[in-house]
Amino acid sequence: MAIENVYQISVINRQQVFWLPQGEPLLMGMEKACQHAINVGCRGGGCGLCKIKVLQGDYQTKRMSRAHISEEEQALGFALACRLTPLSDLVIESDHFKLHTQQPKIS
Amino acid sequence: MRKGVMRPGHVQIRVLDIEEAVKHYVDLIGLIETDRDEQGRVYLKGWTEVDKYSVVLREADEPGMDFMGFKCVDEATIDSLAEDVRKLGIEVKEIPAGDLKDCGRRMQFVAPTGHTFELYATKEQTGKWGVSNVNPEAWPRDLKGMKATRFDHCLLYGDDLEGNLELFETLGFGLAEQVLDPDNNRVALFLTASMKAHDVAFIKHAEKGKFHHASFYLDTWENVLRAADLISMTNTSLDIGPTRHGLTHGQTIYFFDPSGNRNEVFCGGDYYYPDHEPTTWKAEDLGKAIFYHDRQLNERFLSVLT
Ligand code: FES
Ligand SMILES: [Fe+2]
Repeated sequence: MAIENVYQISVINRQQVFWLPQGEPLLMGMEKACQHAINVGCRGGGCGLCKIKVLQGDYQTKRMSRAHISEEEQALGFALACRLTPLSDLVIESDHFKLHTQQPKIS
Repeated sequence: MRKGVMRPGHVQIRVLDIEEAVKHYVDLIGLIETDRDEQGRVYLKGWTEVDKYSVVLREADEPGMDFMGFKCVDEATIDSLAEDVRKLGIEVKEIPAGDLKDCGRRMQFVAPTGHTFELYATKEQTGKWGVSNVNPEAWPRDLKGMKATRFDHCLLYGDDLEGNLELFETLGFGLAEQVLDPDNNRVALFLTASMKAHDVAFIKHAEKGKFHHASFYLDTWENVLRAADLISMTNTSLDIGPTRHGLTHGQTIYFFDPSGNRNEVFCGGDYYYPDHEPTTWKAEDLGKAIFYHDRQLNERFLSVLT
């Protein structure tokens, strides 16, 4: 049950919970609340550092770098927190960033 | 020894949303939009640059750098340099004139670090923007945002730095500065074809072909501070600064475009002549080498790339 105008974000791998004003992108809202539950990189969907997996809840995303979120991953709930705006309370896992030592070919 | 490469002529940057990107590069950084093409690419320049453009934005699924081009003195030079590059065992392809708008043929190749570079000699010259070439005024009055004067250099991350050093020495670049680890392996290269402290730089990294930043020149430290104010006023993603680099001693601020590509605006910096020995920073002091005041790296410097 959501409290008025805020969503509860539970980051289970770090055992942290914080509250986010509705309409606020997840990563920048977390920074404003002075929380450190997701790594902060470029804040623009490019670097992949803020990669998370959403386990529960609804959200919308802006375009995210395909180098970090493939179509399959997107369908499985992976997302970049800086491009994600929650539409309900969320349960997430952070720290999903990985180095790509084999660079995918860019079309 | 210099071999006819004059300057960084252009960089093509991939962005997730072209209109958001244009707003950032034009309204905030202060570049001038000079053209667009059928592919939807947008062409931009700093106001002091005489060629028609130096930054090309392309909308794509994955941010980062497509290529960086160096302008050479003439067409014969790009042919002879292409031959020299082929002798290193690197494939060079010729891209016909007009593929980039109002640009001549380009000799393109992939460096050992996985980055694509190209050499060209011809591009339409539209002159400095907003000032005449005869009795020019000091600056045009209708510049926007940070009023960046020119595209200056890129910093790129990749694995094979020794390979890139050989390639760029073949192109006549000088090694102005380097970072050496305790075993004397190079972990950073600052290379120049000019008197500038760097025209392109590389830092060692496990992945190939990564983009750290594209940098734009400002005239004064006051302008760097003003850029910082504009970054806050526009709620733009800040990386670090204003501060000073140890390497090159430039005064700088790092921030991100709306697709997560890092930008820098900076002023000052050391100069280089071809008889200068490389300046060396020790990897043990990398913090001070990169951020001279903090003397430590922020966690983003080595990991946040596109
Ligand atoms: S912080 Fe770079 S992709 Fe989110
Ligand atoms: Fe730089």
